[in-house]
Amino acid sequence: MDNVIAQSEPLMPRETSVHEAGYDVEHEHAFVPQHRHHFETEEQQREAGSFGMWLFLLTEIMFFGGLFFAYLLYRNWYYDAFVPASNFLSIKWGGTNTAILITSGFFMALAVWAAEVRNKQILVWTLVATMLFGWAFIGIKGIEWHDEWVHHHIPGSGYDVSEFVNPKAHGITDAKPLPPDMAQRTQIFFFLYFGMTGMHAVHMLIGLGLLFWLLWRAQRGDFTDGYVAPIENFALYWHFVDIVWLFLFPLLYLINRHPLAH
Amino acid sequence: MSATATTILNLPDQSTASIPKKNYITAEHGLLSWLLTGDHKRIAMLYLISITFFFFIGGAFAGLIRLELLTPQPDLVASDTYNKFFTMHGIIMIFLFLVPSVPATIGNFLIPIMVGAKDLAFPKINLLSWYLYLVGGTLTLAALVLGGVDTGWTFTTPLSTHYLNTHVITAASAIFIAGFSSIFTGLNFIVTIHRMRCPGMTWFRLPLFVWSNYAASILMVLGTPVLAIALVLVLLERVAGIGVFDPTKGGDPLLFQHLFWFYSHPAVYIMILPGMGVISEVVSTFSRKRVFGYTAVAFSSVAIALFGFFVWAHHMFIMGISNYSALVFSLLTMLVAVPSAIKIFNWAFTLQKGSITFETPMLYAFGFMGLFTIGGLTGVFLGSLGMDIQLTETYFIVAHFHFVMVGGMLMAFLAGVHFWWPKMTGRMYPESLSKLAAVVTFIGFNLTFMPQFVLGYLGMPRRYHAYPPEFQVLNVLSTAGATVLGVGYMLPILYLAWSLKYGAIAGNNPWQATGLEWQIQSPPLTENFTQIPIMDHEAYDYEWLEHQTRHEVTTVG
Amino acid sequence: MSHEAAHEHHYHDPANVTNPEHAEHHIVTPLQYCYVYGTLLFFTILTILAADWDMGIFNPVVALAIACTKAVIVILFFMHVKYQSNLIKMTVGCGFFTFIILITMTLLDYISRAWGLW
Repeated sequence: MDNVIAQSEPLMPRETSVHEAGYDVEHEHAFVPQHRHHFETEEQQREAGSFGMWLFLLTEIMFFGGLFFAYLLYRNWYYDAFVPASNFLSIKWGGTNTAILITSGFFMALAVWAAEVRNKQILVWTLVATMLFGWAFIGIKGIEWHDEWVHHHIPGSGYDVSEFVNPKAHGITDAKPLPPDMAQRTQIFFFLYFGMTGMHAVHMLIGLGLLFWLLWRAQRGDFTDGYVAPIENFALYWHFVDIVWLFLFPLLYLINRHPLAH
Repeated sequence: MSATATTILNLPDQSTASIPKKNYITAEHGLLSWLLTGDHKRIAMLYLISITFFFFIGGAFAGLIRLELLTPQPDLVASDTYNKFFTMHGIIMIFLFLVPSVPATIGNFLIPIMVGAKDLAFPKINLLSWYLYLVGGTLTLAALVLGGVDTGWTFTTPLSTHYLNTHVITAASAIFIAGFSSIFTGLNFIVTIHRMRCPGMTWFRLPLFVWSNYAASILMVLGTPVLAIALVLVLLERVAGIGVFDPTKGGDPLLFQHLFWFYSHPAVYIMILPGMGVISEVVSTFSRKRVFGYTAVAFSSVAIALFGFFVWAHHMFIMGISNYSALVFSLLTMLVAVPSAIKIFNWAFTLQKGSITFETPMLYAFGFMGLFTIGGLTGVFLGSLGMDIQLTETYFIVAHFHFVMVGGMLMAFLAGVHFWWPKMTGRMYPESLSKLAAVVTFIGFNLTFMPQFVLGYLGMPRRYHAYPPEFQVLNVLSTAGATVLGVGYMLPILYLAWSLKYGAIAGNNPWQATGLEWQIQSPPLTENFTQIPIMDHEAYDYEWLEHQTRHEVTTVG
Repeated sequence: MSHEAAHEHHYHDPANVTNPEHAEHHIVTPLQYCYVYGTLLFFTILTILAADWDMGIFNPVVALAIACTKAVIVILFFMHVKYQSNLIKMTVGCGFFTFIILITMTLLDYISRAWGLW
């Protein structure tokens, strides 16, 4: 292939040095409506799009990275407080939500396939399923947050440590009572819990908003004539949000079930 | 080139020359055609206007700071107002001027042309980036008008979260948003450089300006979100009272420092790397030689970007980080000096036996090399633990980072603006006046900041509006220098504006430079090239250029 | 493909767009997605069961190992990285590398500040 370059003409065509250069090649390579004029080929456009999306996801990794580090630090500092606070969360709800989110991601993956094989009906229905499971996740998250609100576990002035200072009085039999100063540190757990799940939920809501728009365009037939990039790139985003949850679930719900005795 | 040549400037015959009728400026008319444009060159010009505006606001605060420090007594403003002055100066200069300065203006204009593309990969995201910048800038101005903010540009917790009643929320949101503008610029550059290169444009044929912007873009994409999360947590702490950084609630203020400097140290390289790219282009062009050790210079940019992620805690030596990690970070900090020195030495070797001419961009480039070297070497002082503890809260560090940022970056920015002004506008600036401005800037700069090294060494702390009387002589020198510097910065604004209408017609390649951007008309067409170029030679190949010119003369003439 | 034809159809340099920055568009089949889906659900149940089982300090290790496995599966198959160009693979690696720098370098400071108390 190298000799293609060697054979080709020298760097600039002569006309460019003339000021009134021709300007007729502007849309020569526009094959399809969604093809942007500054890309040479559709393939180049598609790959640029998915590369750009990946770079955006890198920024998301680093954004959540700060929160994950804060969690790591404070879990080590306030281990005794993190154990009962974490065990207050319900594995039942958390596990269900994990399954729901995986299912939503599964349908999104199918949606990409449907767009690739140009089947509009399957595409629309898989997008609807993705969306429904997404909302189910948000709904369950809402139930959980409501639970925490009822138990006064929202950090701030209304925060109540009595459950951690005197678990037996609240009917919790398997937890050690905490000294009051350590019990206050359970707030840190709930800061991080609300911060991380909240930030995750914000990403979910943004995704669900985008899904409405994609769904509307999909049923118009925009993505089933060979133009799959928006579906593909949205799927990357949606799966990334899944992955964040795949880490949040064990960190927040699971890993403190068997506290180490110091 | 003959030995007597004092300039390589080669303008077309002014009596017959004209600005090409079709170009990116005349392609469309009306304000909306600018505000909704997808053309990277137009967005670059929008950025140029906006960052110049903010530069002068930030500069005004610098002037006020120097005015207050003219006398030992606090006679101009009260201490809290002074705090607001240096905070606004820092926030505006760093987030609204230095970070977008070269990439968003010169880089935006040139990177697609240099890689042989019609536009950046995502024109709409490029425009969005400018709007986010404007929203960030407007919010900063809002914080300013509402009464200012006095946290310092570092938003140090728990000062920013608990002890101040100024407009921290507005200012932090402003920076959060401006950060996304920077992320989108970086993302666009990376995709463009990877995906949009023209035939024959291999990685090692890219101009070094592209390499350095590429390295800076990586830092923008990977570093900025960490600042974003740190600021979000500060905001949540102020608004909702969460306590991640609040020691009374068990949080750790040092965690904020770690997150903040994880971005803000690489941010220093976001600011300086694109400037280094400008210097490579300018030094090569005005010594008529290929940049010495092209590959080493290219990789040193990437090395600076990589090392940049391993040294952030040197900003925290006196904050109570562990002795062991201070040791490690001090050692790693020294490593950054290596790629920086590679660049300086390679530019020096490029000059060696070159046919050097002293046009304005070259004067600025010489300024950069000298001042950046001093700034960089004092950085090595500060990187060593013992010295740092003595000097870090004094004027020594103020002088150090102004040598790097103003002496280095601003000089590089001005070098770039002058160098590519003929390409951007099609017209030359007045040469003798601009040389004068370059010299005035250099003198003013040294007069302003050299005394501050001495002041810091003698122990004058930073961030105070009063000082013991024995420091007054040096402070008066510094303030006088700031005045000269101010004149040096006002001059380009005036004569560049003048040149837009009255400057000489520049022609395609006034500097006889080799870059792709010089082979097309000035100002360029909307899609840059009439047909996709094919790169068949190395970067900085002056023999190729000479051959081209000869060829043109024999065939056209 | 003859040189003539290559020249006509590739306005861009093939060397720039092909290796290593280019991969053929690969379509993953629904059956493959079903396998992945099943595996992910299996690991979810496994991680919940593992949490119930007292393994001492290995509880968090196992939970995170399972989470990493799941994440890698999602990245490779749902996000198609397995079929992407080396450029994309390196980009993903680069993101996690920087994330790990953030975590380890910061953690080193905290650990060495209170030697032995961690």
